[in-house]
Amino acid sequence: MGIETLIIGMPGTFAQGIIYGIMALGVFITFKVLNFADLSVDGSFATGGAVAAITIISGKSWIYAMVLAFIAGAAAGLITAVLHTVFGIPDILSGILTQLALYSINLRIALNQPNTPISVDKYNLAVSLRYKGYSLTMVVIMVLLIIALMYWFFGTEVGSALRATGTNPAMSKAQGINVNLMKSLGLVLSNALVAFAGALSAQFNGNADVNMGRGAIVIGLAAIIIGEVISNIFKNRNFAVTLIFVVCGGILYYIFMAIVLWLKMPANDMKLFTAIIVALFLAVPYLKNQANSSFRKAAKEGGKK
Amino acid sequence: MLNAFNLQKTFNPGTINEKVALAGATLNLAEGEFCTVIGGNGAGKSTFLNAVAGVWPVDGGSIEIDGIDVTGLPEYKRAKYLGRVFQDPMTGTAANMQIDENMALAARRGKCRGLGWGVTKKERATYHEMLKELDLGLEDRLTAKVGLLSGGQRQALTLLMATIQKPKLLLLDEHTAALDPKTASKVLDITDMLIKEHGLTAMMVTHNMRDAINYGNRLIMMNEGRVILNISGEEKKNLTIEDLLHKFEEVSGTEFTNDTEILSK
Repeated sequence: MGIETLIIGMPGTFAQGIIYGIMALGVFITFKVLNFADLSVDGSFATGGAVAAITIISGKSWIYAMVLAFIAGAAAGLITAVLHTVFGIPDILSGILTQLALYSINLRIALNQPNTPISVDKYNLAVSLRYKGYSLTMVVIMVLLIIALMYWFFGTEVGSALRATGTNPAMSKAQGINVNLMKSLGLVLSNALVAFAGALSAQFNGNADVNMGRGAIVIGLAAIIIGEVISNIFKNRNFAVTLIFVVCGGILYYIFMAIVLWLKMPANDMKLFTAIIVALFLAVPYLKNQANSSFRKAAKEGGKK
Repeated sequence: MLNAFNLQKTFNPGTINEKVALAGATLNLAEGEFCTVIGGNGAGKSTFLNAVAGVWPVDGGSIEIDGIDVTGLPEYKRAKYLGRVFQDPMTGTAANMQIDENMALAARRGKCRGLGWGVTKKERATYHEMLKELDLGLEDRLTAKVGLLSGGQRQALTLLMATIQKPKLLLLDEHTAALDPKTASKVLDITDMLIKEHGLTAMMVTHNMRDAINYGNRLIMMNEGRVILNISGEEKKNLTIEDLLHKFEEVSGTEFTNDTEILSK
């Protein structure tokens, strides 16, 4: 197969990458801003897909479906928040419990169908693999709006309080910030965004699958980390630039995946590739740092001087 | 300003690690009093401050700040009345955030946080002036991340943040203990300046007897979770370290055995 197929498919690859980028922006709120390893994401991504698919099938518009998906994701985030702040369950475990529970809940939402097809022929969708150029425009507009909103929100008083909670909870309490409330708010917003991305992804691919969220958290982290590694070329980057690079990370991740698929590697190995890519991007900055300041190097150069 | 009555706190009750940290500590501070707190390790000094700050609920007793009973209020609600500086310079500020953002967080202590800008332009100008007074060169680094500052600079900033909105009570928990002697004395001077400038009521825990004597107009000594010595007025002014050691032995019936405090004469 020629390189043309890869290039012709690029708008679609970009669109899918940006959808993952939106999800990564959600993960960014918990993982980076709140310093909370939230694993509910795998569940809430599929929740967004299921809610959107069922709403669209019932004859409602995709706008309505996206709003409902956003609210459903927020509710999922709230469950993790309650488990953590009210019942004192550690962050990772709260997320895992929500994720597990959501698997059943998502099946219920999808009327016990593991896969709910929503064909672009039958329904009016926001994005679709069939119309790559149009879909790309749509997701670009959406992601820019989301970045603008996030940039504004984290600059407000509440947003600052949320950031402070993630950096230093002890200080935040001393400054009169309700730390549990801020954590909950972060989890709610994060999962709402993730579900929103799930709703987009389901429409783009023409179906909502109960397993579509599997590995979503790793993809989100991959996008954040890839974005961070490449954004390091900028010395002084502000918050908006950081967010843009998170989305770029999502796009790059999906381009890797497209190349892997184009090389005719078995689709079943995708998760393995994802894991390897994330491991590489995590390891590279560390190893680079090690190479610059290692004991071996110190012994060598110290001897010369 | 502060009425702490008969405070009780036991950590890990019923276990082998049971520790009675507060056993009926009582203290009343009038408005404008600057009280230094000394005592050996485990005497309950920091525990007392934490009880007032509401880090955890007390087992018994009551705490009133400016006539308001705060015994049942959680830490973040009590923060409205309190300015706090901690022993560890890392605790008082958010390292990932800018200097102006940190100050803006403190300026909104006890107020409702809405969707207005986290730091306004007007505020920045005020912060610039306030930092200038510290004379640490921080006024030109308003947008620098606090994590880049030294321990002393961070403590000075925390102090400024604690007083940016006049607190009913300023709690200083060995806030110079982690600093080198020169920086410690600079931070203490800033402390004294801010307390005098705003006429604040303050409590300062210290391990240094000289500082405890030189600063403030009230001195208490704690031992085994109680306030065992209470000195103010003229008596405080004429106090010497020898007097203090002698008084400690008299009240507690044991010799003062804390090396740090004797060594830091």
